[in-house]
Amino acid sequence: MSGTAENIADNAQLDAWLNSRLDELLPEKLEEIDASKTPSMSIIATKGTLDWAYPPFILASTAAALGWKVDIFFTFYGLLLLKKKLDANVSPLGNPAMPMKMPFGPQWFQDYDWPMPNLLMAGIPGFEKVATGLMKKTFKNKGVATVEELRSLCLEADVNMVACQMTVDVFGFSTDDFIPEVTDYVGATSFLPVARKSDVCLFI
Amino acid sequence: MTTVAEKLDTRGMNCPLPILKTRKAINQINIGEILEVTATDPGSVKDMASFCEQTGNRLVASNESTDGYVFLIEKA
Repeated sequence: MSGTAENIADNAQLDAWLNSRLDELLPEKLEEIDASKTPSMSIIATKGTLDWAYPPFILASTAAALGWKVDIFFTFYGLLLLKKKLDANVSPLGNPAMPMKMPFGPQWFQDYDWPMPNLLMAGIPGFEKVATGLMKKTFKNKGVATVEELRSLCLEADVNMVACQMTVDVFGFSTDDFIPEVTDYVGATSFLPVARKSDVCLFI
Repeated sequence: MTTVAEKLDTRGMNCPLPILKTRKAINQINIGEILEVTATDPGSVKDMASFCEQTGNRLVASNESTDGYVFLIEKA
């Protein structure tokens, strides 16, 4: 039938026209949509030592300062970062890339990277406390905020913090141990949909 | 000559504190007003430019003086 043939020809023409229009309009439109959207970031924080406490809070507070929506899911040892009294320590043992430098004394002394045998790090009581003290002092000397400070800046900037209910149970924590700003105690099922929609998703 | 509505001294502070303090200070001023930020963190030169680009505020000036880096930011 000639009617159908005409229709097909019309449709093909329409498709071609539509395609060329879309090529023209789409990049601009997509850019417009992207520009009007609030960027978002989801972080899964799984570590509780002093060195690993910094990245999630630095990234979250900075993103919040840029006007992003930020969600952090604290699980496993990351839960310790939600404790009312933060007591994160660091151990150079099993942390082979960690430089051991002194935050005081003359410059040549401060620049020296101390070789620390594992036996020494494992065997001396209080070694971890000393290493923690040195790291805190180094960070302070360099004008870096404390973890507590960064955490409160995050809270002030409405960073949403949720905790993993399962690991709270497993490690025998009580919700009373944690800061009251924790908005929810949930499972991966609740956090993954948030993470799926975010522009940046990090596992730390 | 631009008049500065608020001054912020972040000298001695390191990343990300200068940006976080700048954000807070920007929140305190009115649209069109200028915030002056002084910093010693060398990373703040690029970070402050990126912060302004991301947040839509205008980086009016970014200079280095004997006091450190000086940024003028106009709130948008």
